[in-house]
Amino acid sequence: MQIVTANRLIDGRVVFRDADGRWVESFAAAAVLDAAAATAALEAAGRDVAVRLIVEPYAVDVISEDGRLAPKAMREKIRVSGPTSGSEAAAHAALSRAA
Amino acid sequence: MYVYDDFDHQFVRARVAQFRDQVARRLSGELTEEEFRPLRLQNGVYLQLHSYMLRVAIPYGTLSSRQLRKLAVIARKYDKGYGHFTTRQNIQFNWPALKDLPDILEELAEVEMHAIQTSGNCIRNVTADHFAGAAPDEIADPRPYAEILRQWSSLHPEFSHLPRKFKIAITGATTDRAAVRFHDVGFTMKKNDAGEIGFAVHAGGGLGRSPFVGFELRDFLPEADLLGYTEAILRVYNLYGRRDNKYKARIKILLHEVGRETIRDEVEAEFAQIRDTALKLPKADVARIAAQFAPPAFEALPEVSAIETAARAKDPAFDRWVAANVAPHKAAGYASVTLSLKPVGGVPGDATADEMEAIADLADAHAFGSLRISHRQNVVFPHVKRDDLPALFEGLVAAGLATANAGLVTDTITCPGLDFCALANARSIPIAQAISQRFADPVRQAEIGPLDVKISGCINACGHHHVGAIGILGVDRKGREFYQITLGGDAGVDARLSDSAGPGFWPDEVPGAVEIIVATYLALRTSRAETFLDAYARVGLAPFKAALASEEKAA
Ligand code: SF4
Repeated sequence: MQIVTANRLIDGRVVFRDADGRWVESFAAAAVLDAAAATAALEAAGRDVAVRLIVEPYAVDVISEDGRLAPKAMREKIRVSGPTSGSEAAAHAALSRAA
Repeated sequence: MYVYDDFDHQFVRARVAQFRDQVARRLSGELTEEEFRPLRLQNGVYLQLHSYMLRVAIPYGTLSSRQLRKLAVIARKYDKGYGHFTTRQNIQFNWPALKDLPDILEELAEVEMHAIQTSGNCIRNVTADHFAGAAPDEIADPRPYAEILRQWSSLHPEFSHLPRKFKIAITGATTDRAAVRFHDVGFTMKKNDAGEIGFAVHAGGGLGRSPFVGFELRDFLPEADLLGYTEAILRVYNLYGRRDNKYKARIKILLHEVGRETIRDEVEAEFAQIRDTALKLPKADVARIAAQFAPPAFEALPEVSAIETAARAKDPAFDRWVAANVAPHKAAGYASVTLSLKPVGGVPGDATADEMEAIADLADAHAFGSLRISHRQNVVFPHVKRDDLPALFEGLVAAGLATANAGLVTDTITCPGLDFCALANARSIPIAQAISQRFADPVRQAEIGPLDVKISGCINACGHHHVGAIGILGVDRKGREFYQITLGGDAGVDARLSDSAGPGFWPDEVPGAVEIIVATYLALRTSRAETFLDAYARVGLAPFKAALASEEKAA
């Protein structure tokens, strides 16, 4: 099983291709594809590169983990959920900075 | 610090206008991604895992409070409220939108900053000792020479398309805090018997896939020949450097493959042709640039501050902070202060916009508005009156920035790793966080003493793991993160690459492995005065490797 992902051209954000061929930020909304459908989706994604919606599309292997779909590779898990290191500003502010 | 002249201003503004046009043409479809990519990279814009990333140059790590306030504004207005200081004395913003980048560059230009030459196969931001202009062991401030090199290299037509990126570092001190032996070219200022200023020149050093300690090309290069000789090195490199294989394209490989003496002869031959051309540096030009780096007017003060001494006796936290984070200064009664960006559990090198503003305010109040970014991913107040140290400490405590760990085990150098970097194999930051939590106790850290832990998320070695007393390299082991540990690296004058300590560890085992290394060191050191690297030089890898191997077997 695969999904197709890319970065949005205008702001670089991680996006996923949904069943209607739209690029959405929610991984949960990504269309889950078999090999043939993934090839077709990548071809369509190539056209979206040409019309400047996205850059660098590629297919990602997904698996069922704890009853939910998740990317297989750590790299792609991090692209879905964001940095794991508390680098987001909110997490940052919450960090204890005590000496 | 260096102040832009009209030429600099016009040049940077023209580049912003040019990039604004390029972004507009990309968004309108006139430029394809293939056409646009090299243009954005020339302006420091990468596409990383989550977003675009903008790398802004902080030339030779020198920053004013005014510039830092602008970085805070950019972090808040265009990013997620923070920035990340890198091991090349740059700052990276992790979340800018492409459409906003021209505005960001325009705001940067207002404070004489830009992102030119922070990417691509050109001469990158020249780095320098973070205590430059303040250190007591310094022959002279190296930054005027860094600035001369910056001006010469800025869009140098001959060197804008080198075989690969080219990094230059410079120090004016006897202690090498700039890792000059691990750069493509490293300059160490020195005086000859006649008392004239010049440079020892190292070339071909570097980390990454093929790490090398730099080779001494010249024992003494007269000051006037700085540009002529550097140009000769670049010409030889440009001519012979391998463009066919990016893994073999750095000058370190050229020196290695062609032979160091051969390359030295070629450089000398080239230099002989150009040494008496316009590249010769007139004394007056050096003096004119040096005047821009004149130190602030220091007061005549006693060496020892009674205020500091009394505060140290009273407050153990202040005492610990001074012991770790305060360095001697060339002017009596002054000190250079390291502000650690490595809080326990924090992200090494990150600063929020609020923190940047607090730092800028403290710099204005106590440090002549002057700041440095170190390649160790910390902030430095170069000139602080020792009498002011208690007040500065109080300000830092209030801002949550008083971590007393400079040079200690939790002051890790850590690359962005798989949390941000598109090239990564494994995460770096969570490893650093776990180590800093494990060794959080400040008393214990002080007891362990100086210990550099350096972490990279892939073989590119942005986290300098090859020159860590403890180096940690993230690799991919059958699709899982795995960490190899190396020991005994030294980025300083006794430059040395670290040795492999065994096959490696899974992520959750790494802090325990560091614990074993530290315990082994503590058990075998002859006294507290024998640092980890001293002990390692005496006993070698074997006892550490044995201790780690028994742990690996037990796991
Ligand atoms: S060392 Fe590798 S993972 Fe770390 S920042 Fe450099 S390229 Fe990225």
